[in-house]
Amino acid sequence: MAIKKMEHGDQTLVQDFDPAKMDPAPIRDEYAPVIFCQRTVAHIVSIDMMSGKEDRDNILRARATGKGVLTSPFKLLKSNHLGVVLTFAVYGRQLPPDATPEQRIAATVGYLGASYDLRSLVEKILQQLASKQTIVVNVYDTTNLSAPINMYGTDVIDTGFLHVSSLDFGDPTRNHEMHCRFKNRPSPPWTAILSAGGVLTISLLLSHILHAAINRIVKVEEDCQKMTELKARAEAADVAKSQFLATVSHEIRTPMNGVLGMLQMLMDTDLDADQIDYAQTAHASGKDLISIINEVLDQAKIESGRLELEAVPFDLRNTLDNVVSLFSGKSREKAIELAVYVSSKVPEIVIGDPGRFRQIITNLVGNSVKFTKNKGHIFVSVHLADEVRLPSDMMDEVLRQGLNSSKDGSERNTLSDYAIVDRWKSWANFKQLGGKETPVTSEVIKLLVTVEDTGSGIPQDAQSRIFTPFMQADSSTSRHYGGTGIGLSISKCLVDLMGGEIGFVSEENKGSTFSFTALLMRGQLDSVDPKWHTHETSISELKGLRALVIDKRSTRAEVTRYHLQRLGISADVVSSLHSAFSVITNTSSASTLAPLAMVLIDREVWEKEPVIEMRRLLTDAMSNSSMDRVPKIFLLATSLSPPERSELKSSHLVDDIISKPLRLSVLTGCFHEAFSNGRKRQLNRAKPATLGSLLKGKLILVVDDNAVNRKVAEGALKKYGAIVTCVDSGIAAVNKLDPPHNFDACFMDLQMPKMDGFEATRKIRQKEIEFNGQLDSRESFPNVSCWHTPILAMTADVIQATNEECMKCGMDGYVSKPFEEEQLYSAVACFFKSR
Amino acid sequence: MDIVQLRQRHYIDFMKSMHIENYLDDQFTQLQKLADESSPDFVYEVVTLFFQDSEKLIDNLSKALEQPVVDFSQVANHAHQFKGSSSSIGAHRVKNQCVKFRAYCEENNLEGCLNCLQELQQEYIVLKSKFEYLFELEQEILKNGGTIPTMD
Repeated sequence: MAIKKMEHGDQTLVQDFDPAKMDPAPIRDEYAPVIFCQRTVAHIVSIDMMSGKEDRDNILRARATGKGVLTSPFKLLKSNHLGVVLTFAVYGRQLPPDATPEQRIAATVGYLGASYDLRSLVEKILQQLASKQTIVVNVYDTTNLSAPINMYGTDVIDTGFLHVSSLDFGDPTRNHEMHCRFKNRPSPPWTAILSAGGVLTISLLLSHILHAAINRIVKVEEDCQKMTELKARAEAADVAKSQFLATVSHEIRTPMNGVLGMLQMLMDTDLDADQIDYAQTAHASGKDLISIINEVLDQAKIESGRLELEAVPFDLRNTLDNVVSLFSGKSREKAIELAVYVSSKVPEIVIGDPGRFRQIITNLVGNSVKFTKNKGHIFVSVHLADEVRLPSDMMDEVLRQGLNSSKDGSERNTLSDYAIVDRWKSWANFKQLGGKETPVTSEVIKLLVTVEDTGSGIPQDAQSRIFTPFMQADSSTSRHYGGTGIGLSISKCLVDLMGGEIGFVSEENKGSTFSFTALLMRGQLDSVDPKWHTHETSISELKGLRALVIDKRSTRAEVTRYHLQRLGISADVVSSLHSAFSVITNTSSASTLAPLAMVLIDREVWEKEPVIEMRRLLTDAMSNSSMDRVPKIFLLATSLSPPERSELKSSHLVDDIISKPLRLSVLTGCFHEAFSNGRKRQLNRAKPATLGSLLKGKLILVVDDNAVNRKVAEGALKKYGAIVTCVDSGIAAVNKLDPPHNFDACFMDLQMPKMDGFEATRKIRQKEIEFNGQLDSRESFPNVSCWHTPILAMTADVIQATNEECMKCGMDGYVSKPFEEEQLYSAVACFFKSR
Repeated sequence: MDIVQLRQRHYIDFMKSMHIENYLDDQFTQLQKLADESSPDFVYEVVTLFFQDSEKLIDNLSKALEQPVVDFSQVANHAHQFKGSSSSIGAHRVKNQCVKFRAYCEENNLEGCLNCLQELQQEYIVLKSKFEYLFELEQEILKNGGTIPTMD
């Protein structure tokens, strides 16, 4: 095969390389033709390697050094890629390491060469390093540092990061470097930036939220603390206020009592008319002041939660009578019909707090009296709450009238001629009126009390405020009507304490109706100190009698019938004088019925002529039948002018005039006198005479350790007709009043040696209780259901007298020592017949 | 004017003066009203009883105040008793003295009490002599057929 020459400066393209066209090699000394080669480089077979300049240098050097030698990069044959050739000399024999180049040259037998196509080499390597970013690689021959030869790679683009690594092809004389860089500048790592930014933002926000939350908590805690402090201060102030009110009121009360006592004593001295008037006005003002102070004290007590209700047995009807008595004068003055009615379903004795119960009713009735001008009525009615749910025909008359008054058009079927508001509206909002919530035990009863009036009513806009303390309907109210505005709020609190509810309905210029419920317990009949036991003697005479009531207003007639029933008198009601005639004539003939004992005529139906007729009829009837006396005729009237009164009396048409408001005491007094042929009733109430009539014939025990006092007391009481026994010590008193005994009352000095008045009274009460327990009183003492001797304390210090102390040990009242007539009268009037 | 009327006039004047000088007060008048047909000597009886009682009380008081250790509550009790009986018959000045006495007792003021006791005794003696004079007058009037005038 011919040895060919290598082409220089080959610009020929690969496919143009045709080994056949190559020129034969020039004549030379040495030749290094390629004998064997890889198939891939088959095209260099028979090419003289020493014909190329670089190759030649390379070979000569390899031969001389005995090491692998690299050419500088040049375009390779055929591919025209840049590349290098590595040449090794092959020696025929083993050379020592320190052999000279000549020795080496001489020993050379051949050469071993390898060509590296840099591009393909790098690219193949690069493929293994492939990453997302395109890497640009430059390979330099840096043997000559100032002029590196670019063996592979495009022109340099400075894109920043550059990684330089050295390549070792094995030729120590040459250096090669590889420069790697990214083809493109790395784009800003948006994901990372955004995530970082996002995380930053989120964390900023979170920390902001946290910060705000913490701030808020701190602030709220501070506020809370401030509030707690303020609250504590406010509460303390409230307590202080209540205490202050209580203390001040108490302090005011003491000298006030002094003032009243003095005024009382002043009024007992010789005064002319003007002076009496002034003194009375001052006294009345003083009493008003005391009642205001009491109300304020009550308010303070309620606010500080110290108000407690008692639970004692008391007679409900009695209590209501007392309330009515309080207002009888005022209502008579104003010509208002005042009436009270208690349903027969309400038990006689109930257990509760009589004082507070009375206080509520007094307040309501007082308001009604205050705000009702000179017309109409005030009607207090008490029922069991359950009665409201009864069917109409089982209801008692009063309730039925009250509920139907506005429904069936006969609006005028009320107590007086005047219209009223619907009473059921006043309890319409009660949550617990009867129904499922009635308590299980039969001992507890729920009362429904209604106070209805025909007054000026409460204006609509004021209605929401009336239970607020110190608020009145409008600012001029206290000026016109007086009062402080606490009454209703206290009443509400008391009602709440009693487990009830209070409500009202009111229309301006029509009237108001207040209702409240209260929970009380049923009481035993004999558990109450019957102050009325002395009435039994008079009442027993009246039991079983029959009466005829003539009144055109059925509600009012029911009230009269109720009071009569309390005395054991059964009553028939007719609505006019003419219908009465027929009743009288009928009953006189029917002998099975009890005889008619009395006829009560209401002033509204009074006409002179028919009454004369009636009297005649009655007299006739008496003679026809078994009646032993003519039935008495009574006139029921709220207020009569003196001329009318004297005219009636003188005409002898009536046996007596019964003043309304009706109370048990009024009726018993009247009847007792009428039916027992008693002494003539005096119309002008001269007090000594009345006191005399109270005390006459009564057995009184006087207890005082001082002889003079005893004598004076005895003398005073004897003057009024009492029969007096004196003892000089508490011990003697206890002995004398050991039941059974004949004394009607006892006056007991408080300060005595050995056993004082309090102790003596306690002992006496103790003995009475024991006695009552053992006795079956019905048999031996028909007139007295249980022993209770009225004991009155005699004390020299009336102003300082502690009423409570006396009451606690069982006394019934106190009088001053020496006796004062009016005081004596009022104290004694409770026990003996009163008018 | 005959002797009865004279005496009666004198009686009234004397009575009036006792009232004006506050030896007696309204209670005494009341007491007089209590006398009637059944007990004509009521006033005399009461006043006599008062004298007996008072003497006893004054005695008790002086004894109590002479004690080495004075029991003021006991003294106060006596004074209270005296006050009670004197007010029952209307012996006004005596009563006031008793009130003062009690005040001294409450202060445990021995000297005050002793002074008061002296004054009390004074008052009492004066009152007693006045009453005795009054009763003498009454007897004279009655003896001469007159009636004892009432104060109004």
